[in-house]
Amino acid sequence: MKLKTILMSTAAAGVMLGGATVAVNSASHGMAPCEGCADEMTIVSWGGAYSKSQLKAYHEPYSEATGVKIINDESSAEAVAKLRAMKEANNVTWDVVDVVAADAIRLCDEGLAEPINPDTDLADAPDGTKASEDFGDMLVSECFIPQIVYSTTFGYRTDVAEWNGKVPDDICDIFDLEGFPGKRSLEKRPINNLEWALLCDGVAKDEVYDVLGTPEGVQKALDKLATIKDNVVWWSAGAETPQLLADGEVVIGSTYNGRLFSVIEEQKQPVAMLWDAQVFDLDGWIIPAGLSEERKKRAMHYIKFATDTQRLADQAKYISYGPARASSAPLVGQHADLGIDMAPHMPTDPENAKNTFLYNYEFWADNRDDINEKFQAWLAQ
Amino acid sequence: MAEAAAQGTNSVLTTHDGQPLKVSLARALRREKIRALLLIAPLLIFILISFILPIADMLFRSVENKIVADTLPRTVVELRDWDPDSGAAPGEEVFAALYEDLKVAVAAREHTKLGSRLNYSQPGVSSLFRKSGRRIKQMEEGNYKEQFLEIDEDWGKVEIWTTIKRLSPAITDSYFLASVDAERGVDGIQRKPENERIYVLLFARTIFLSLVITVSCILLGYPIAYLLANLPVRTSNMLMILVLLPFWTSLLVRTSAWKVLLQQQGVINDVLVWIGLIDNAGRLVMINNMTGTIIAMTHILLPFMILPLYSVMKTISPTYVRAAKSMGATDWTTFWKIYFPNTIPGIGAGSILVFILAIGYYITPELVGGTSGVFISNRIAYHISSSLNWGLAAALGTILLVLVLALYWVYDRIVGIDNVKLG
Repeated sequence: MKLKTILMSTAAAGVMLGGATVAVNSASHGMAPCEGCADEMTIVSWGGAYSKSQLKAYHEPYSEATGVKIINDESSAEAVAKLRAMKEANNVTWDVVDVVAADAIRLCDEGLAEPINPDTDLADAPDGTKASEDFGDMLVSECFIPQIVYSTTFGYRTDVAEWNGKVPDDICDIFDLEGFPGKRSLEKRPINNLEWALLCDGVAKDEVYDVLGTPEGVQKALDKLATIKDNVVWWSAGAETPQLLADGEVVIGSTYNGRLFSVIEEQKQPVAMLWDAQVFDLDGWIIPAGLSEERKKRAMHYIKFATDTQRLADQAKYISYGPARASSAPLVGQHADLGIDMAPHMPTDPENAKNTFLYNYEFWADNRDDINEKFQAWLAQ
Repeated sequence: MAEAAAQGTNSVLTTHDGQPLKVSLARALRREKIRALLLIAPLLIFILISFILPIADMLFRSVENKIVADTLPRTVVELRDWDPDSGAAPGEEVFAALYEDLKVAVAAREHTKLGSRLNYSQPGVSSLFRKSGRRIKQMEEGNYKEQFLEIDEDWGKVEIWTTIKRLSPAITDSYFLASVDAERGVDGIQRKPENERIYVLLFARTIFLSLVITVSCILLGYPIAYLLANLPVRTSNMLMILVLLPFWTSLLVRTSAWKVLLQQQGVINDVLVWIGLIDNAGRLVMINNMTGTIIAMTHILLPFMILPLYSVMKTISPTYVRAAKSMGATDWTTFWKIYFPNTIPGIGAGSILVFILAIGYYITPELVGGTSGVFISNRIAYHISSSLNWGLAAALGTILLVLVLALYWVYDRIVGIDNVKLG
């Protein structure tokens, strides 16, 4: 797995260098001026701590260097539908949009995103490595430039009396109501849940998607989930599991690792991470199709800046997601406010990534509609 | 008139400028009508453009299916001669047409869009089209079938071609079939397998829960409206503010507040445990299920019941009740025979408001309904914003609209819409 090797190097190298400070001006990172570009742009992202990390690492330095006014929109959750509606109305008002990889593939399929050529449109690594090689396997769609690797994984409360001092250390503890009684929270969608269910139903890791590709396999996974269905609270927004854990409403639950980082490190709640069988996923930029020439130029100019090696490493100072470029890994330093090393909190840290699960984009692009219907029908019954 | 008299008796009545009176009257009336129409024209045009046309457009998506014939025009024509029951994939001429069509589609980046559309009916088509689109440039002339099978053996599958052939017409019923848990199988229309049925259940649940919510609003709202209408102004104003305050608070805030109150580690459970009514292990589950939806939505929709009831009760003269009592009626008889019938128009107005609003709710059920308390609107919202299956969303929306209109008609037959009073 090439992807994995890139990821592993992130954390290992990150420990050695503290946060190297970067002087930001147009000259220092050799940004060519933008000819005939729009002087205002709308960037869409997820909001919350994630948007803040982008503001600090990308937007502020970029505005400072170019004088461009950046308008922030927080509609990434509905980005795909909104972009489609904008295109139908022939009025695209967004310039750069942050989406997860699966949505990027979908937008590319629908002709709603511009193809981007990494080698001509993006910055090379400082040592001259071509961008296409630097990003490697993470370029899962021709319209998509990844920024971060995040993972969906579990957090659990550390003060559950009924567990008699035991803590979950295996993904299958989720399904063990005897040893770890209490409510769980899982995402209200089949993706990840079905894979975990099959893993804990005795399916080997490399056969999960073969099994899931058959109707019997889907049923098998749902039957496994049915064993804990009465003890599950289903979430649809990333903020829900941290809240449920903090309230004591659930004792263990899945969410994005960065959300758990903020519950544990910033809010000091009695919660710990269960990294076993965490599922890696990517999040990054697309440029909507149908922009005017000058806006498109501006968007391209911004992307080239925001996805260079240093910028991606800078983002890790504000949030615990791993940069998607191999060359950014050695530059990851400490958290800007807490002053702790970020490397051990990265999903890609060797300690945390002993057992990871790779998400199969192709499989879900094909089977999402069908399996989703089955999953929702199963939920409603 | 004088002229008419002078002309003799057999002529029509005319005005003083010689026009027949009938024509003149019609013209005057027409002018009146045009003036009235001009006065409402701004609103009418606004509603037409911003409301009726978009809705009509959205409803049309539930049957519109031009994408297949537009993207694969030659293939669709060639497929007419192919019989799906033959059990074999189509021949070379169909693949040759497919090659020509795909070449054009790939240049316009339309093939993946078609792939996503067909994928709703046939899982796997999406990547088949994406993959074939990438490889089409390297294809050589002749032997197209062989080359396509080389790209992916799925091109030899009868199901793929059956799906393409079935979805060739510009109008499709597949979305409507899907919204009632049916599909076109080998032997005509059939119900989907047991584990894929969801929409009929959700429609039924939506209507049932909306009725339950309406009834709880009547039970809770009636006494409050009565108090509002009959207490002295100072007190009733205070109460009115208490009714309106939540009404002006954001829906999300109120729903989240119910979360804090109802959850197992929430305020209500904590209080019950503290006073010893339940023990710690037996905390009540009042949220993320049907109960949560009923409680939160009843609370949110209560003002819509109270306000019409109050305005109707305000107009009931107290002399009726006094007259009944003076003739010896008991309190109950007075209420049931005199007061209550007078409030029926208010109940009617409140019920229809609450019921129709409830049917379309999705934010509240999404947040507090868990899995057993979600409505059909949640699936419509999901298909609009996540799965992008707008055709299915439009079909579900159309069915919901027709259901509401049918219920409205039934309501009109039973209660009579003219009896609804908002004050």
